[in-house]
Amino acid sequence: MKDWQAKWRRIWALTRKETRQIVRDPSSIAIGIVFPVMMILLFGFGLSLDITTVSVAVVDEDVSTDSAALIGAFRLSPYFKLTATRSMAEATVLMLNRNVDGILQIPSDFSRRWHAGAADVQILVDGTDSNQARIMQAYSAGPVAIWTAAQAQAGTSIAAGPVIVESRLWFNAANDSHYFLVPGLIVLVMTIIGAFLTAMVVAREWERGTLEALFVTPMQPGEFLVSKFIPYFGLGMIGFVLCLLAGKFLFHVPLRGSLSLLCLASMIYLLVALGIGLLVSTLVKSQFLASQLAMLLTFLPAMMLSGFLYDLRSMPVVIRGITHVLPARYAVALLQTLYLAGNVGSVVWFNLAVLTAMAAALILATRRATVKQIT
Amino acid sequence: MLSSLLRILALIRKEFLAVLKDPRSRFIIFLPPMLQSLIFGYAASFDLNSVAYAVYDQDHSAASTALLSRLDGSGVFERQADLGRAKDIDTWIDSGRALLVIQIDQNFERNLLAGSAAPLEVIADGRNSNTAGTALGYLNSVVESFNGDWRSSHGQQGASIQIVTRSWYNPNLDSRWTMIPSLIGTLTMMGTMMLTALSVAREREQGTFDQLLVTPFRPFEIMVGKAVPNMVIGLGQSTTVLLIAQFWFRIPFAGSFVVLYAGLTLFLMAAVGLGLFVSSIAKTMQQAMLYAFILVMPFALLSGLTTPFSSMPDILQTVMIINPLRYALDLTKRVYLEGAGFANLFADFLPLLIIGLVTLSGAAWLFKRRLN
Repeated sequence: MKDWQAKWRRIWALTRKETRQIVRDPSSIAIGIVFPVMMILLFGFGLSLDITTVSVAVVDEDVSTDSAALIGAFRLSPYFKLTATRSMAEATVLMLNRNVDGILQIPSDFSRRWHAGAADVQILVDGTDSNQARIMQAYSAGPVAIWTAAQAQAGTSIAAGPVIVESRLWFNAANDSHYFLVPGLIVLVMTIIGAFLTAMVVAREWERGTLEALFVTPMQPGEFLVSKFIPYFGLGMIGFVLCLLAGKFLFHVPLRGSLSLLCLASMIYLLVALGIGLLVSTLVKSQFLASQLAMLLTFLPAMMLSGFLYDLRSMPVVIRGITHVLPARYAVALLQTLYLAGNVGSVVWFNLAVLTAMAAALILATRRATVKQIT
Repeated sequence: MLSSLLRILALIRKEFLAVLKDPRSRFIIFLPPMLQSLIFGYAASFDLNSVAYAVYDQDHSAASTALLSRLDGSGVFERQADLGRAKDIDTWIDSGRALLVIQIDQNFERNLLAGSAAPLEVIADGRNSNTAGTALGYLNSVVESFNGDWRSSHGQQGASIQIVTRSWYNPNLDSRWTMIPSLIGTLTMMGTMMLTALSVAREREQGTFDQLLVTPFRPFEIMVGKAVPNMVIGLGQSTTVLLIAQFWFRIPFAGSFVVLYAGLTLFLMAAVGLGLFVSSIAKTMQQAMLYAFILVMPFALLSGLTTPFSSMPDILQTVMIINPLRYALDLTKRVYLEGAGFANLFADFLPLLIIGLVTLSGAAWLFKRRLN
């Protein structure tokens, strides 16, 4: 009984010391509170994968009523900002100087060939930004279809295709990229606070020799770890709550699953992140190496390989294989489903189980690593 | 003058030794850019290679079978299941096993033959709306070509416009061609800025910085001694990515190496300047690391790497005038893919030069102030 009391007193004392260290260091507060707020604002207002306006230089070599009407259809589209030019050479200069993203060229035989049954228009895109080029390619189909349909009513063409695709976007009817960015944001913020911040914590104690000073006290390795976990866990949860509130009140992302499951999932993922941070820190014992490793092992995968920004389905098999060992992947799938699809049993329990197993394995490994070095 | 130069050279040598002597630290400087450019080269793509879909065909007609086999033959669409009842649609979408479920109603062929519109109902998993949008785009183009063939084989002729797209500098619109040259700047910036910020903070934490201060070194010399080795290491990181781009991914290099390295040198001046700036504020390594991270994050996210720069709000576009990475991305991509020369890139060189000069002199000023 006495043992237990002493144990908890030691943990409490160490936790208090660690907490004070966090509160007094402006950089911890910056990463715990300023960073989540900054990310929320960036993702909320800065980053958008949604529709953008593309500026296009128009070269009308036909100069007919038909070509003018087609250009008019482009002008009406909200996605295009047109700049009229007189020649292809002039348009090329604009493109080379990055004044426009692409060129719409209507050849001189456009009107004649249109009345003969089939005409071409040429779209030139700048492939250095392949994504924007693709967007532009896809958008240009719109005005052309509108114009063709208008001509159909006038009797010179047939209506758009016999088969019409009517698509419905489940879980995100508004087609708003915030819907899938917010769940990913939570994972990203927890990764940074959990792994990145704590990666340096134990390494610093090794570098400064304060850990060796602790060896001569009755403190046990497990107690030491618990006292490291508690304050950073608290800091991570502050970040989580900030993201949660922003998701609800700022971005109005619906939460279709249960809130308690979402909290549970986030807590378990936070434990995984903390586990990685502390394990790396314990193993390399150097702040520089630990911080670089944490960046390489946690932050970048969470950003690029988790399905947050880039879809896993579009990755080659080998890379997809790698993502299976990355905890962020499971966390993003779990949170996206909980947020947007609801409590889908098969997805939720599988990912939750994987994360729990990872958390347990990491904590055990950290604990073992710590024991080995102290004795 | 000469003694000043000798002092700087000695410091540069010491700085190289401090970073490169430890094999673990050599490893951590050059391995991440290599690994990252390989992984991101394959992973960071908005293109879809395969779209898993399920179909609920209530028509089972020749027309519906023809449309579906055209999908299966596209090389992108992979049919996972033929559903027997509407209830199954939920299960397939919810569990994420199918990205799209295509529902063909029982009048599909009859409508087509009658010449009226035949709707094809498609349900897409919007958990990642970007992916769903791309998949729907692919579906539309397959349906479009089906329509074209149907029209010509059933005599429903009419005038049509064909859009011919030609893409400059990246003929197949391969997103990897955009991504990898962008990584030259991005990975280098992350590496160099943190390395610089940490190198000063480490000396400060271990107390060797104080020792440096009692030597005849002037603050300016200390700063140059810190800046030059980190810039060289940064150029080494850029070269690593560049080599991977050319020899692994085989993306043709259209420009001149002189222009590229001139741009990268200016860019690294700015990155190192920012790193020194951070390190003059930070007291510990943890602070240096976290501040550098908080600074580099918005720069990386708002550089146009992941989302187009022009789709950001105007105010952010204005604020990002100070973002060196933004100019570096434009510069590396254009030199690499377009073969742009100094004349076309003036708009990138000038801001980089200004940012570099401002941050370096700002850092020098802060260094000096700390000493006094």
